[in-house]
Amino acid sequence: MSAPRRNLPFRFIGKRILQAVLTILGIAIINFFLLQLAPGDAAEALAGEAGTADAGYLANLRREFGLDRPLWEQLATFLMRIATFNLGYSFRYGETISTLILSRLPATLLLMATSIVIALVIGILFGVTAARYFNRLPDRLISLVALLFYATPPFWIGLMMILVFSVWLGWAPTGGMRDITAPDGGIAGVFDIARHLALPALTQAFFYLAIYTRLVRAGMLEVLSLDYIRVARAKGISEQRVAYRHALRNAVLPLVTVVGTNIGGFLGGAVLTETVFSWPGIGRLMFDAMLQRDLNLLLSILVLSSVFVVIANLAVDLIYPVINPTVELR
Amino acid sequence: MSDDAKSAILLDRRQLLLLGSAALASGALMPYAASAAEGTLVMTINPEPNAMVSAFNTASPVAVISGKMTEGLLHYDFDLKPQPALATSWEIAPDGLSMTFKLRDGVKWHDGKPFTSADVAYSIMEILKQHHPRGRGVFAKVTAVETPDPLTAIIKLGEPTPALLYALAGWESPMLPKHVYEGTDVLRNPANNAPIGTGPFKFVEWQRGSHIILEKNPDYWDKGKPLLDKLFVRIYPEPSARVAAFEAGELHLGGDGPIPLNEVKRFQDNPAFKVETRGTEMNNSLDVLETNLRNEYLAKPQVRKALMHAVNRDLMAKTVWYGLAEILTGPIPKTLPHFYSADVPAYPFDVAKAEALLDEAGYKKDAKGTRFKLRLIYPTVGDTYDRAGQFLRQQFRKVGVELELQSVDVPTFIRRVYGEYDFDLSMFPASVTADPSIGLQRFYQSGAIKQGTPFVNASGYKNPEMDALLLKAAVEPDAGKRAAMFKRFQQIAMEDLPILPLVRPIYVTVANAKAKNFVTGPEGVRSHYATLSLD
Repeated sequence: MSAPRRNLPFRFIGKRILQAVLTILGIAIINFFLLQLAPGDAAEALAGEAGTADAGYLANLRREFGLDRPLWEQLATFLMRIATFNLGYSFRYGETISTLILSRLPATLLLMATSIVIALVIGILFGVTAARYFNRLPDRLISLVALLFYATPPFWIGLMMILVFSVWLGWAPTGGMRDITAPDGGIAGVFDIARHLALPALTQAFFYLAIYTRLVRAGMLEVLSLDYIRVARAKGISEQRVAYRHALRNAVLPLVTVVGTNIGGFLGGAVLTETVFSWPGIGRLMFDAMLQRDLNLLLSILVLSSVFVVIANLAVDLIYPVINPTVELR
Repeated sequence: MSDDAKSAILLDRRQLLLLGSAALASGALMPYAASAAEGTLVMTINPEPNAMVSAFNTASPVAVISGKMTEGLLHYDFDLKPQPALATSWEIAPDGLSMTFKLRDGVKWHDGKPFTSADVAYSIMEILKQHHPRGRGVFAKVTAVETPDPLTAIIKLGEPTPALLYALAGWESPMLPKHVYEGTDVLRNPANNAPIGTGPFKFVEWQRGSHIILEKNPDYWDKGKPLLDKLFVRIYPEPSARVAAFEAGELHLGGDGPIPLNEVKRFQDNPAFKVETRGTEMNNSLDVLETNLRNEYLAKPQVRKALMHAVNRDLMAKTVWYGLAEILTGPIPKTLPHFYSADVPAYPFDVAKAEALLDEAGYKKDAKGTRFKLRLIYPTVGDTYDRAGQFLRQQFRKVGVELELQSVDVPTFIRRVYGEYDFDLSMFPASVTADPSIGLQRFYQSGAIKQGTPFVNASGYKNPEMDALLLKAAVEPDAGKRAAMFKRFQQIAMEDLPILPLVRPIYVTVANAKAKNFVTGPEGVRSHYATLSLD
């Protein structure tokens, strides 16, 4: 029994990778055709910004963007680029697409990782507390706060944070990722980034926090009424330990699923927060690429995003049996 | 481990958390101040430029950043009179067929090589005439640039092009180094993102989505300048964030309307800031309604006149633009005084007259009070056009014209209006530039009806007198005769009304009160900023 079980994750992963490749290919092709539906092309977007252009200028632009090629050829070129990991050149930005993406990826990674960790820690704390004090004051307060965070757009929370903590109190900068007027790097540089990170990370965390709190609370309420918890309490184990050691483990599975989705969707998940805090992340790049009809760039980011979703899902599936050994991989 | 020990650990964890947040809070309690050193200034450009050199893209943000690093042959004063820049003197032949520029001696490119007439010839013939979106038209008549010696460049023209003299600023027609561009794929030359110019500032770094850093050019030909050691450009996508950054003192300068219109008054009243309304006289972006004359209603002159009479533009300027707008009397704004004429057919706000004109056109009101329906399409850039569209809908409804608002993004707008002529009325920013032959001929001349080309005559307007007049004005070397022609142009334009001029919105420049010389001429934030300082 134990020997084949040990092999199982590898067979499972192999099967899932094959599925993943097909999924990503499908997403890429669907995205390609979906984006063709958007009226106007990259040449017209550029000409629109320039405020003027003649037919020859537009024709040159279309040739540079590869828009003068037949559609099937554009699709083939795009798929070829993905297959060879050579994403090509964004004529609009005058830069290779991989450079563009890589230069914006760390900012978004940092923001999302920090905010999800903050949201997880506070969300679990809140959720467990709310469940333990079900229908009493702490539960009511926490539920109210969670509902407020859930109902308030992150955009507005961000602006209010800037107003209070940057403009009135002067505790944090209004935006950006670092003080561009100071020299780069060193310990001071790390502190500088942390300082710039605080408000956007909190804003983004509040958004997740509301959902996490409610998920943990609901899961805990269900689990806390089960027999094994009653047994644990009968054994005289402290409430603290019962809650965090015995109940939480079983209550947390829905949370893992949602966090997995959030991590998978992190590329575009913070675009509002990035906008409000002038955070140089990839969400903005994706948004601008859409407005500019820079389809090569946009498709590359979308494919990358689908890769992350697939990886996150796989990770979640692998984590389930670790948290709860009764879950089996198939 | 006993349960007590475990809960002790838990408590410890909790304490740790508390300690951690306390540490974070105490760190945060130290007031934040960007460490802007002396001789530096932080400005913003919105939206982020997508290139650093304005030779291949004339988008406004590109012009702003390029203008600090690249220079042109000329500058301009507030009267739009040419001033020396890379050229110290210039002379136009009486027949208007050649322009001789004497170049400044001792000018060096940022890489140390000398600037010569060969660079001028190369920039005009190989770059601006070929790849510059506007330059392809402006320099179209240039047949050659002769270089008798390293400090003389003679532009030869097939026909006189008086407008050319107003298109030679560094942000509009930058001079670029021949030795860097020659023999390369100029559109993908790395110098397009890291310019080598002759300007007061040198390129240091551009981190997309975040910031651009420029530093003083120590070998700048104007000794002792620039006054700043470093110029930082920070990108803030959200206008409210710009307001906060100004108020927090992190941001010192921004042009082209950096803050929402409803905030401008507050900034004007606050002594910590300066708000300048001048500095766009070479762009003259107007908000207009172009009519599609292929539409059966709009094809009738009475209908177009009625629509003009139906709009209370005083009220519109106050409510839509918060008073920051010049109400237009015609296609040329007062910011071009040498071309402007008030002697044109006028259309004061008059609902009764509008109704009479519509009746006369044969469109009676139905039972619901509606005569006919029109679609108004406009690009989504900021929220001003949304407000303007709603205002127009209310005004037009009073005379029985229902307006359907279609707010679309820029590429969709261009495809629908210029690619497919699928519109009734289109509202957009029409840039007159410094010369009507460059900025307005394209909207009013029938030769400019070119389906698929953005920002040209999309109305389908064709008037032989107008066509002949515009073609003549474009090649008239005599300034007086030319002004007379443009006076007639304004009269015909306001009689025929293929385009209903609304207002010239005033795009303010906002600066910290300590900033000096941020608008010194009509080039505004596009200027080189050699004298910009922050005390």
